[in-house]
Amino acid sequence: MTDAVLVVGASAAGLATVEALRRKGYAGKVTVLGAEAHLPYDRPPLSKQVLGGTWTPEQAQLRTPAELSALDTEFVLGDPAVRLDAAARTVHTAAGRALTADAVVLATGLRPRVLPGQDGLAGVHVLRTLDDALGLRAELAPGRRVVVVGDGVLGAEIAATVCGAGVPVTLTGPQPAPLAYQFGPLAAGLLADLHRSRGVALRLGSAVTGLTAEDGRVAGVVLASGEVLPADVVVVAFGAAPATDWLAGSGVLCDNGVVCDSRCRAAEGVYAAGDVARWHHEGLDALLRLENRTNATEQAIAVAGTILGEDRPYTPVPYFWTNQFDARIHVHGTLSADAEVSIVEGDPREGRFVAQYRRGGDVVGVLGWNMPKQARQRRPEIAGAVLAGRA
Amino acid sequence: MKITVDEAKCCGAGTCVMLAPDVFDQRDDDGIVILLDEHPAEALHATVREAASVCPGVAISVSEQG
Repeated sequence: MTDAVLVVGASAAGLATVEALRRKGYAGKVTVLGAEAHLPYDRPPLSKQVLGGTWTPEQAQLRTPAELSALDTEFVLGDPAVRLDAAARTVHTAAGRALTADAVVLATGLRPRVLPGQDGLAGVHVLRTLDDALGLRAELAPGRRVVVVGDGVLGAEIAATVCGAGVPVTLTGPQPAPLAYQFGPLAAGLLADLHRSRGVALRLGSAVTGLTAEDGRVAGVVLASGEVLPADVVVVAFGAAPATDWLAGSGVLCDNGVVCDSRCRAAEGVYAAGDVARWHHEGLDALLRLENRTNATEQAIAVAGTILGEDRPYTPVPYFWTNQFDARIHVHGTLSADAEVSIVEGDPREGRFVAQYRRGGDVVGVLGWNMPKQARQRRPEIAGAVLAGRA
Repeated sequence: MKITVDEAKCCGAGTCVMLAPDVFDQRDDDGIVILLDEHPAEALHATVREAASVCPGVAISVSEQG
């Protein structure tokens, strides 16, 4: 019998856990512990609308105060969890609180990777939190040279937003084109063309090894080739690691995330959801960890179900979207650079198409470029492979 | 129950359409949400609340009044 649930993490996964518990009829106590002082807000807009200044921070809030209060939940904010005792299901916080519950949900998300020498250097930013986005935004001024380190989804979005704000920007990273390792040459090539045509300087195909500084402020980005890209502002967006350092010695297994069974259970009475969770996907028969927005909420629903005694494996078809300039890219399934890619709808020359990715004869992914509905309608082609463990 | 959608926030994921195809659809040209039924029947309320909760663009609001 569960009478008290503690959710550690007040972002999309944490909030969705609470909402799912209430929707499913759970009437017991719920506490949400958040490291940041803000009420739950959404992260995808941070690199786009919030960084670009088209939204106020309030517009990124996930729920109104009235909607939150209807959840009958205590939000303990601005107090990071520092230790878990899994056997006792007690979480200790930085401020000295000790919170105990029948079920503890770990939803602490990610922490951005940083470059050596980055800490304490003025002009260097990461983008994970609302405060990060506002801090970076405050540094964007015409004439300032911005270098984005990281050619994945986040780095490419940041470069597009900074460029759209009229600030000169260079995008750098090891791939031949933004997102090339996932998208393959066709779609990543189109993305590179788009960035170039809008004025983003692409310096790709070379890893970044460090930073240079003058008087405590960043001055440049050092490439593996030895070349230094001059920079007034640097954004480091080359990946993130699950925020599990606080779980050391807790009794919960952490290995590239909180390791969970197929029901998203990490230990008796301890569960994980969202970016931090690495669970056994029964369809793929593998441990999987997804860093995307829809996984945060869908996994939260699975966790709420498990807490309330449902016995269903969590077997999602991965999905994410990214907006860069006027491209709205929607990805279902798992893409890879070595997949066989065919255009099944639309035409890349017209800026609208759906590409199907096949491996070993199976459809493993679908990419929609300005065709969200048509891409989504092809999900069942992938779902079969995912659930049969062939993707 | 009264549903409102914010087209400006919609990201076109179509999560709502997969959950409640009688209530939501997407435009063919840009994937933005189309609200088919502002006041869905009671049998659909739980699914609609789930759709609002999981909407990755936070574009769906549900009011219990109206």
